[in-house]
Order: sequence, then C-alpha cells, then structure tokens
Amino acid sequence: MTVVLNLCSNIGATILGLLSSIGAITAFAGQSVAHIFKGPFFIKNLFRQFIDIGYYSLPVVGMTALFTGMVLALQSYTGFTRFNAEGAVAGVVVLSITRELAPVLAGLMVAGRVGASIAAEIGTMRVTEQIDALTTLSVNPYKYLIVPRLVAGTLMLPILVLIGDLIGVYGGYIVSIHMLNFSVGGYISQTLNTLQAIDVISGLIKAAVFGFLVTLMGCYHGFNSGRGAQGVGAATTNAVVSSSIMILIFNYVLTQVFFS
Amino acid sequence: MTSSKTHVQTPKIEMTNVHKSFGTKDVLRGVDLTVQPGESMVIIGGSGTGKSVTLKCVLGLIKPDSGTIKIDGTDTTTIDRKDHDTLMGKFGMLFQGGALFDSLPVWENVAFGLIHGHKMSKEEARAVAIEKIKAVGMGERVADLYPAELSGGMQKRISLARAIATNPDIIFFDEPTTGLDPIMADVINDLIVKCVKDLGATGLTITHDMASARKIADKVAMIHEGQIIWVGDIKDLDNSGNEYVDQFIHGRADGPIKKHSDLAA
Repeated sequence: MTVVLNLCSNIGATILGLLSSIGAITAFAGQSVAHIFKGPFFIKNLFRQFIDIGYYSLPVVGMTALFTGMVLALQSYTGFTRFNAEGAVAGVVVLSITRELAPVLAGLMVAGRVGASIAAEIGTMRVTEQIDALTTLSVNPYKYLIVPRLVAGTLMLPILVLIGDLIGVYGGYIVSIHMLNFSVGGYISQTLNTLQAIDVISGLIKAAVFGFLVTLMGCYHGFNSGRGAQGVGAATTNAVVSSSIMILIFNYVLTQVFFS
Repeated sequence: MTSSKTHVQTPKIEMTNVHKSFGTKDVLRGVDLTVQPGESMVIIGGSGTGKSVTLKCVLGLIKPDSGTIKIDGTDTTTIDRKDHDTLMGKFGMLFQGGALFDSLPVWENVAFGLIHGHKMSKEEARAVAIEKIKAVGMGERVADLYPAELSGGMQKRISLARAIATNPDIIFFDEPTTGLDPIMADVINDLIVKCVKDLGATGLTITHDMASARKIADKVAMIHEGQIIWVGDIKDLDNSGNEYVDQFIHGRADGPIKKHSDLAA
C-alpha cells in the first residue's frame, strides 16, 4: 500500500515540478520579449551574437546538411528501386530537406553548440555575481545579456537553414548525378517541379521558432543556474536537453499547423 | 562636519524589522539598522548569519518578505523598476569575488557604469577610468588587459575602482579582504578608507575579518541568527559587554555562539 502511495506521490511531485517549470519559463520568456521592444538597446552585443550564433554555426550546419542530403539520395534510391520509382528521388530529397531535416537538424546542432555555450556563459556570470554587478551598475541584465541572444537566435537560424537547404539539396544532387547516374537536366527539373514556396517558408518559420527556443532555454537555465561548477554543469545539460525536446515537440505542432 | 546635528539628519540607510526567508529557512528575523551619512558601518558576524542577505536586501538584489528599507528617507521596497534603476546610480558595490566582466578589458569594466548608466562618451569615460585605476594604485598599462590576466589582489583593486567610478553616495563592500594575503588585505583596507573619505561617501561593509573591521569602521554592528544584536562605535568594541561580540572578536570556539547549530537548523 505504502509503495503505491509513494509511487503516486512521486509521480505527482514530478508533474507539479514540470508544471511549475513551464510556468517559470513562460514568465521568463514574457519578461524577456517585453524587454526586446524597450530601449536602451545594446547593438554591439547584438552584433557579437549574430557572429557567435550565426556565422560560427555555419560549418556545423553546412556539414550536417551536406551529408544528410547525400544519405537521403542514397537511401531513397535503394528503397525506391524496389517499386521502380527511382524518379521520385529528387522530389523526396528536396521536400525532406526543406520541410523537415534542415530545420530540425540545424536546430538540434545549434542547441548543442549555442544553447550549451549560452547556458555556461550566463551561468558562470550568475555564479561569479557578474549579473548582480550589472544591476548595481544600472544596467538591466535582461536587456544586456538576454535580448541580444534571443534576437540573434531568432533571426540567424532561418538564414542558417536557408543555406542548409541549398547545401543539402546539392548533396543529394552530387550523389544522384555522380553515383546513381541520374541525368543533370532531369534531376534539376524534377527538383524544381516538386518544390513549392510553402515548403521552404514553413521550414524557415520553424527555424525561427527553434532559434528562439534554443536561445531562450540557454538563457533561462544559465540565468537560474545553481551555485558552483556543478550548478553551471547542470544548467548546461538542462539547456541542451530541454531545447532539443522542445524542438521535436514544436516541430510536430508546427507541421500540423502548416500541412493539415 | 555636521556631527553635532547628526540626530536630526535623515539617515542614509534605515532598515526596520526586515524579514527574509528562503523556503523554511528564516535568514533575516527582524533586522533593524541605521547608517548616518558619511559614516562607515561594518556588519560583522559568522557565516550563514544573514550578512550577505542583509546587504543584498539594501541593494535591492533580494526583495525582503516584510519590513522597510529607506535610502535617504525613501522606502525602496515599494518603488518601481525605473526609480530603482535611478537609485542604483547612487550605489557602488565591491563584490566578494570582484565580479569583473571577463569579456571586457579592465578600463571598460571600470567605465561600465559611466558609459551605460551615466551615458558618458567612451573617450571621456576612458579618461575617468584611468584616473580611478591610478587612484587604486595601479598603472595605466593595465587598462587594456583583461581581468583574467590579473592576480586576485589586482582584480579586487580594479573592482574597487569600478565601484567608485561613478562617485557613488553609498558604497557597499562584501567581504573585501576574503581570499587575499594579509599585506594585500591591508592595502585594500587602506584604499577603502581613502576612497570613502575622498568621496565623502557612506560605507556599508560586511566582513568576518576583524583586522579589516577595525581599520574601516566608524561603527560596528554584530549580526547573529538574522538579528542585529549589538551596535556601537568601533572604540567600544573591546568593552561591549556583550558575550556574543566578545566571543566573535576573539575568535573563541567556546561561548554562546554554537557553530553546530548551523547544521542542526
């Protein structure tokens, strides 16, 4: 009997904890977004984040997109030959990349790269009282630290994904032409005939949402980091895990909104 | 200079019955403390007695559960965010670990409050910053170094330069000598006395270093279990008649203050 009660109370405590974190994150997000529209603005910090989040993520996102496009062409070809449907390879590659794989994989890669570094940096600033120091120097930490990261994440991820789309489709093209002996003209026209604007646009909107989520989770967990090295370590882990899971959940929700 | 009229002046800081608890732990249990303009008040007490929380409540970094904290007669626990930012302009704070921004060079650290709080131009702010760096006994050449390139004592001095850069009314010192060797600790103590005097500022220090307290303080307050149990002039410290104070200043393990009570609580 007590075992069952203990189990129930543990489940209840977990659910309550989850709900209170959702509430805290929502409140944090609301407060941060409110600060985006009111000055003073720290333009220099914003540009630094454009470089950190956007430019330095290019190699990672590019490599991910390239090999994903290549493997997609190979897999769909070997699968589709069973139904004599090799002609669908170009269409499958371009739709999978633009709608799903570029935004989701770029989001996950950026979560690992940027989300972790934001949580570690802001968490260390919390632990060493640098955030308190900002407040005592009359600078709002939301405006100075969080707004630049959220804005840069939301604006940079769509650009990264657009570049990822091009590289990914090109990866599929290389494999199809050079290894699977497709004709250049046929492959390109197949690609262009299948692709519609909504495929790319939906992917870019997803990317903007993912960029916001990754930077939000990095900032939230860093800002509320526990004490010491262990606290910062936990904040980093939580930032990556929670933003990855939120990317997958929001990906489903957004797909449902766009294509049903 | 107005010491004869002190009793009619508005106190610089006036804390009345301030309570704060974290979860089930009551940290502050009714703190009453008054600091007059130009006075250097030092709060002494053991670890975990509520020194840091008291300081952070006055600074507005922590919101007390109840009680009032008046700065120049204005209650700071009820004012809105904008007025709070203005209030921060009166404050300077030396953090325990320095809390220098490691992404910025030394001079920008010192000039931070001038550039962002007081909207000074970068050239002007740099000139003031270098003047303040010299005031804490360091050379101009450290201005372009990064905080990580400095030793602990140098970081403390730069942090002090940052705290005084905006010519604040009230300067807070959080364990200014912790982690420094005895000689560097004395250098910091001298600098604190000099800087506070030069600015005519009010000082509020928390420490458990008695050598530092004796050097810096005009007045001493002893905090124990979340309450101020004794306040007096520094010259009365050795014959306070309070057995808690006696135990603390002589650093005795035996006495009314029981260390193991920390763990039991």
